[in-house]
Order: sequence, then C-alpha cells, then structure tokens
Amino acid sequence: MFSNLPFFPEQASTVAQRVDALYFFLISVSGFFGILIAVLLVYFAFKYRRRSESDRPAAIHGSMALELTWTLIPFGLSMVMFFWGASVYVSLARPPDNALQVFVVGKQWMWKIQHLEGRREINELHVPVGRSVKLTMTSEDVIHSFYVPAFRVKADVLPGRYTSLWFEATKPGTYHLFCAEYCGTEHSGMIGHVVVMEPAEYQAWLSGGPPAASLATAGQALFEQLGCITCHRGDAGARGPLLVGLVGKPVQLQSGETVIADETYLRESILNPQAKIVAGFQPIMPTFKGLVSEEGLIQLIAYIKSLQPADGEKAGGLPLAEGSH
Amino acid sequence: MESTQPRVHYLNADYGIRSWLFTVDHKRIALLYLGSITVMFLLGGVFAGLIRLELLTPAGDLVEADTYNKLFTMHGIVMIFFFLIPSIPAVLGNFLIPMMIGARDLAFPRLNLLSWYIYIIGALFTLWAMLIGGVDTGWTFYTPFSTMASNTNVIPTALGIFITGFSSILTGLNFIVTIHRMRAPGLTWFRLPLFVWAHYATSLIMILGTPVVAITILLVGLERAFHLGIFDPALGGDPLLFQHLFWFYSHPAVYIMILPGMGVISEVIACFSRKAIFGYSFVAISSLAIALLGFLVWAHHMFVTGMSVYAAMIFSFLSFAVAIPSAVKVFNWTATLYEGSVSFQAPMLYALGFIGLFTIGGLTGLFLATLGLDVHVTDTYFVVAHFHYIMVGGAIMSYLGGMHFWWPKITGRMYPEAWAKIAAVIVFLGFNLTFFPQFVLGYLGMPRRYHVYPAEFQVLNVMSTAGASILGIGYLLPLVYFIWSLRYGAVATANPWHATGLEWETPSPPPTENFERTPIVTQDAYAYDTQEVQVV
Repeated sequence: MFSNLPFFPEQASTVAQRVDALYFFLISVSGFFGILIAVLLVYFAFKYRRRSESDRPAAIHGSMALELTWTLIPFGLSMVMFFWGASVYVSLARPPDNALQVFVVGKQWMWKIQHLEGRREINELHVPVGRSVKLTMTSEDVIHSFYVPAFRVKADVLPGRYTSLWFEATKPGTYHLFCAEYCGTEHSGMIGHVVVMEPAEYQAWLSGGPPAASLATAGQALFEQLGCITCHRGDAGARGPLLVGLVGKPVQLQSGETVIADETYLRESILNPQAKIVAGFQPIMPTFKGLVSEEGLIQLIAYIKSLQPADGEKAGGLPLAEGSH
Repeated sequence: MESTQPRVHYLNADYGIRSWLFTVDHKRIALLYLGSITVMFLLGGVFAGLIRLELLTPAGDLVEADTYNKLFTMHGIVMIFFFLIPSIPAVLGNFLIPMMIGARDLAFPRLNLLSWYIYIIGALFTLWAMLIGGVDTGWTFYTPFSTMASNTNVIPTALGIFITGFSSILTGLNFIVTIHRMRAPGLTWFRLPLFVWAHYATSLIMILGTPVVAITILLVGLERAFHLGIFDPALGGDPLLFQHLFWFYSHPAVYIMILPGMGVISEVIACFSRKAIFGYSFVAISSLAIALLGFLVWAHHMFVTGMSVYAAMIFSFLSFAVAIPSAVKVFNWTATLYEGSVSFQAPMLYALGFIGLFTIGGLTGLFLATLGLDVHVTDTYFVVAHFHYIMVGGAIMSYLGGMHFWWPKITGRMYPEAWAKIAAVIVFLGFNLTFFPQFVLGYLGMPRRYHVYPAEFQVLNVMSTAGASILGIGYLLPLVYFIWSLRYGAVATANPWHATGLEWETPSPPPTENFERTPIVTQDAYAYDTQEVQVV
C-alpha cells in the first residue's frame, strides 16, 4: 500500500509488510516525541525569553513524578518495539521446512549461485513467486552480505562457515541484490538481481541452460573422485562413520560431547577432520583443504544430505533421543 | 579595569616556542590540542568533501574505486580517533575541569603533556601511512579483509591508532584522579557542574574500553604480519571474534564522543536560561548509567552476522535500555527552560540545535535496536545518517557551542556575535540537508561504502552533497571569526554571560595558577536564582 509513495522501497516479500509496519510504528512514536520536544523547546524559549538583564527566575530543582513519567513511558514504548522487532527477527531466523534450497558462494566481487537441480548462475538469482526460498551461503574470501532491499532481508556471508537467509517473494519482477558488507575495491560492483518468476516460468528456466548434473549427483561424483567412498562405506570394516541419514542428527564425539550434524559440521569435518572425532573411530582422515572448492563442498554436502536410509538400513547418526537438542 | 601594566595571565606569562612545547599548564596543553585537532578536523573535512563530490553522480567518475575506499576509511579514522574522541575532553575538559573544581591544574600535569605528545606521535604515524598510500579497510578494520585481503598500509595506520589510544587512557586517568582528589573545599560531588560529571563518566570509558581496542588493533597487525590465525578462518581464526572485540570498545567510544557534549549542553542551557538544571541528580547519574550500559550493547552492530537469536534479543533489550538515560537528559534540558529567562546568544543556538539533532539521532537509534528492522537498515545509509546525527549533529554542535561559550574565558576576547549566530543557523540547516536525505536513502536500500550506485538514488545524493557544501561553509565561518577575534575582538570581562561556576570567578584569560586563592564553595551548581545581579 505504500509502494506508490515516491522515496519508498518496493514491497516484494511476505516479510516486507511486517518490517514496514514496524517501521511506521517507530516513525509514529519517534515523530511524536521528536515533535513534542521541538514544540516544547520553541514554546518555552519564546514564552520565557529574557525580558530584562536582571531577570533571575526562581529555581525549580526537579520533580520525581516527572522523572518517573519520562522514564517509564519511553521504557514501556521501547519494550513494544523490542518485542515486535524480536518477533519479526525470529521469523526471519526460522525458514519454513519446505523452503526451496539454493546455495550461494560470495567472493570478491561476485555472487555464485547453485540450484539443487544443478543450474548455476552468477550475480542473478531466479526464484519462483509464492514459495519460500532458503539460501545457504558462504564466502571464499572476506565477509560479504547478501541484501535484497525489496525483500527487507540481509545476512552476512562469512568465510569458513554457513549462514542462511530466507524469503518468500510475493510479486514477479526484478529486484536489486547488493553486497552490504564492505569487501574491497569493487564492493559497489558486487551487485546483481533477484528475478522472481511465475512457478511455471521458473520450472522452464530451471530446466533450461546448459545441461548440468544435480548438486547431489555432482557431489556423488566428487565423493568418489576424492576417495571419500573408500572409508565412508556401510560394511563392518569401514574406517570412517557411515554418512547415510546423518544430516540433522546428533553425533557422539570421542571427547564425550554431542554435536548436531549440520552443514557447518560437515564442512568442518571435510576441511579440518581432526577438530571433531566421532566416537569409536581413529583420527586418520586427512584434510581436504585446498582439494575441494566452496562450491564442491556444497555439492558434497548436498550429496550427503541426499543419503537417506532405506527401511531397515542402519543410520549414520545416533538415534535421536527426546530432548537431545 | 584599566591599568598601565598589562595583566599577567597564562597566555603572556611566558613567550617562545619552548614555553609551549614544554608547558605543563593544562590551559596551554588544551590549546596545543585545539590546534592539532583543528588540523585533523580540516583534513577529515576535505576527505568528506571529496566523498560527497564523488557521490554527486551515480557513476564513479571523480576518483577510482580504490581511492574512494581510502577516502571514506581515512575520513572515519581521522574524524573519530583524531578529532571527535579528543575534541571536547582534551580541549575543553583539559582547560575547564581544574577551573571548574577550583584546582590549580590537573593531578598529573606532566602526564597531561605526555598524552599530547603521544597523540601527536600517533597522528604523525597515521598521517605518514596516508602519505605513503593510505589504507582502505574502513575505519572498522573488519577481518579477514584487513588481515589477508587489503594490500594497503594497514599496519602503520593500526600502529598510529594504537599509540593514540594511550593518550586517551592517560587523559581519562588524569581526569578521574583530579576529580576525586582536587575539588575545592565545599565542592561536594552533587555540587559539581554537570560538565564534570559527564567527563568523569567519559574518563571511565576511556580507561576501561581503550585498552581493548588497542589490543584488538595490535592483533590485526600481528595477524597480518605473522599469520597468527586469530581472526582469519583460513588460519583457524574467527572473524566475528574481531567484531566482538572491536565493538566492545567502539560502541562505548560513541559515548566518549557524546557524553562530554552533553556536559557542555547542561552548562550552556543553564546559563542562557538562568536556571538550575531541572533534575540535576538525574542528569548527573544518567551519565554514569550511559557509561555503564554502553559497555553492554556492542553486539547490536552484529545482528545480521548469523549470531544466536537469543543473544541478539539480549543485546536488543540492552540497547533500548541505554536509550532511556539519554531520553531523561533531553526531557530535563527541555524542562530547564520552563519559567526560565531564555536568551538566544550563539552558544544557546548551538545548544538548542544540539537538542534537536541529538533527539533525531537518538530516536533513529531505536530503529537500529529493533531487531527485525535492523536487518533491513543495517549497513545502509540509514546507519550513516544515524551516527552522523549523533557524532556530527550531537558531538560537533556541542563542541562548537562549548567553544563559543568559553572562548572569552580561553582567549580574553569576544567573537562577533552576529556572525556566530549566522554560523550556528548555517550549520544547523546544512547539517539537516546533508544527512536527513540519507535516512530515506538507507530505507530505500542504498548500502554504505558504495563508490558507484544505481541511478534512482541520485536525487537524494545530490541533496546530501548540496547540504554538505553549506555545512562546510558553516564550519569554516567560526574558524575565520575566532582567529579574527584574537586581534580585533572586544576584550572579554571575567564573566560576559553572567554564568555561575568557578571558572567565571577568575579573570579572562585566567592567570597561570587559575585562582589567586583557592575558592570555597558554599552552594550548589547553577545557583542562578541567588546570583548577585550586576547589570553592566
């Protein structure tokens, strides 16, 4: 409803309206207090302007009632802002389970994007309208930040770990994509577009382009090529833990700790295998640092995620105990 | 008044360059600082001017991308570390704290001179780093960009800032000991001018926070030189650890810049309303509350780094909490005018302008503390606008207000009042035209530190650049008439504003020893109602 105002950004995601509503609430509250202060200052300054050099008005040392009023009322209003803002933030931090997965790698100075089905693009992200999309992101070098103003979403993209961001686009169109964390010479050139398409159009786009293997298939090829398969296999003599059904499950470590096997854990275990040794295994895995790119890591992880136990097959993770996370 | 022999005061007590470079008089050291930070302000201003000129058009047509990145980096470094942080404390605080408490000097006069020399060495180091090519990391030195990617002069710049930090620590230490130990008889804590309270709170931040940033900057230099693996994930480090350490100081540093300004405003508002500050003890204690809470909000700079949702909520809550004592001050200043006797001399115009701009800066801070909203506006021009409202609209307005208020005391001369009023109005208007459009730009989504930007953002950028040229004139005017007044200004009396406070009870300029005999304090600060009326 505000998108026709000049000097106001387009609203093109489900969360945009919630952020804008919050914004207008804050503008109203701060506008009220800003104007109140300005009016009182001007009114007092003129009403009590100096009439004579010998004016020495009686002192007023203060009033506890007033101090409490202008402490408690702003505090109460700021708590409304706090809870409202926190609820929007929690929604932003929790992608719906059925979100479409897309993978983003930032580097000086471009955005490299891979879709699960295998289509890749640079500085452009094609997504369907009306479907939630979750981006899993990492950086090859310095910190970047993935920012789509029309969606009111932003998340830093860090080297050495995965961060995520989700949105559901509400309007087909082309929207700005900016890098929002300063990253060197061409920081302001690390931009692109998010293209929101009708679902059918999106499906057509997805199957277009040069023929490409899906991420999981590409990951499987890497898994074999790097020799992961020689240890991480299902038989009794395997030197590495079985990876089937592992993702999202707790893993018991040699140290006695338990970690959840998320993407960051998998990434670390490939690049720095000695960091977390799974209970019952020897610390014999070599590092694959330098042997596999960030995009390759994403493919490997996509493959490991795709390994789901068939009925009766043994899963790689521990049985999920109630309340274990 | 007239005498054949010119009166001896701190300015004419001794002559020659040595009498300045080896002085241990806090008033002369304040002037050494005044000269140095003015040079740095002009330098930072030139960088700002070039930035605004580049942004006049969407294309990168004035300077290269690398040059632009160095310009905003050096603008930030010079303005924050070499102008704003020392500005009010090292000039006005240095000059006034001993006078306001009836002391002859600071507790450690030689340490005071040492802190100026340390500042100069740090500044020269940083200027040298700029001359040999500059630095492009942003004043925030985010890792791993600063430790592995940037190929500019990070280490010399970092060393310059590291060195200067010690100047700040020593100044803070000196102020704290002075305020504790050297108050005149009868000057109890709750009779202290609010300027002194504000500097006490500021000094606490200086000595508790600065060592953290010093170590952090040192670690950046060490990691760059020896690949230590503290912040760079490729070496096993954590880049967010840097941000936590950096903001642990650099958020409180905002309060180092603004608290002394709040102290100035309390003095000026009281004097030009001829009223005691409404709610004196609330204004005094709120300075300490800001100093304390200011240490607990740093991670609100990091809400989009992927930090834990619960940690983000705690930092958001505490950020709202730190806004309350600032709001309390604004309400109390406003209430001070009620039934006062308000006059509109130049220092008061700056003070009223300060309240307006600081209020906007503070209220827009709430937008950034609000989690769901911060995600959209962080790292955009909204943030740029917000912190300029605090650090330029707030800190520099109060610095200029203070300079006008105490100029007669410092120099013994009056500046031309009409020009001063014109300058105050120009600064206020120019400032708003420069920075208000940036709030809109930020909500539209223009990221900060962009050399090139999409064409639809141009109109607002043109407004901002136009405003900056007006603001520049507003800042140059006082420089001109202050220098002019040194020779041609009317001779100032001891107390031209009929202000209360011990500094006004001694001649202008004061004698080297400040007071002929130690004053004895028998009443509260701002006792305007019982002031003897002396119509001149």
